[in-house]
Amino acid sequence: MIDAGQITLAHFIVLGAVLFCISVAGIFINRKNLIVLLMAIELMLLAVNINFVAFSRYLGDAAGQVFVFFILTVAAAESAIGLAILVTLFRNRATINVGEIDELKG
Amino acid sequence: MTIDLILFYVFSAILVLAALGVIGAKNSVHAALLLVLCFFTTSALWLLIQAEFLGIVLVLVYVGAVMVLFLFVVMMLDVKAEPLREGFIRYLPIGILVAAVMLVEMLLLIGVKNLQVAAPVDPSGTSNTAWLGMALFTRFLLPFEVAAIILTVAVVAAVMLTLRKRSGARYQNPSQQVAVKASERIRIVKMPSSPKPEVAP
Repeated sequence: MIDAGQITLAHFIVLGAVLFCISVAGIFINRKNLIVLLMAIELMLLAVNINFVAFSRYLGDAAGQVFVFFILTVAAAESAIGLAILVTLFRNRATINVGEIDELKG
Repeated sequence: MTIDLILFYVFSAILVLAALGVIGAKNSVHAALLLVLCFFTTSALWLLIQAEFLGIVLVLVYVGAVMVLFLFVVMMLDVKAEPLREGFIRYLPIGILVAAVMLVEMLLLIGVKNLQVAAPVDPSGTSNTAWLGMALFTRFLLPFEVAAIILTVAVVAAVMLTLRKRSGARYQNPSQQVAVKASERIRIVKMPSSPKPEVAP
């Protein structure tokens, strides 16, 4: 039986779940502010990474941590392109309010 | 309670509070700074379970590069916060409801008691970095190269998106400069040679 005073895998998974739900709530309540939406997405990726690292450590498989490495790469690329789009958008429309960006609406 | 577990609870509390701050902050700069705190605390948590390499990479890449980029953009754009906050209260109940339901579902799925894998498995007695490097450059070599391509594409895309032509400014056109021929630069003029002036005796 496990000694009760240790960090277990479940601790990390619950932490990841809590963080993921917080970021989902953030996407719901910050529907207007594009920058905070991007930050909530970063937070969501962080929650997933926590799960990956915990599984990798507790099951002894390097694949989990390698995947975190790739997720970090893709997330960095995503935020760079996202922020570039944001800057272009602000330059053209002078707003980052999601409610006012409705040019594609038919 | 071991010291590890106490540290885990402390870091988790900081992480959750900082995440709540990120999604609730009035000021975008505050949100970005709290996100830095989130990444830093997560890095500490990863160090706690001996994933040193990723912990340090998280601080270097995220706090060092991505969050600085975020802060640049937040401070560069002159955004008025007030119109962006409208709907915050309106969507607050549905947001909290969805998040709470998701959390309960996940916790039920996790079934906390069933997942109590005891201790971290110690892989082969080498350091975390060596362990990760062995996997990365053998089994995952192709994805590693693909990641490099993705980063290159991202750099080019970000530059192309934000590059703008200003009218009236003078630019160099590198391709034109490289493609220049010698005949376009100098003109050889043939002139009839004139007789030498006579030297006075």
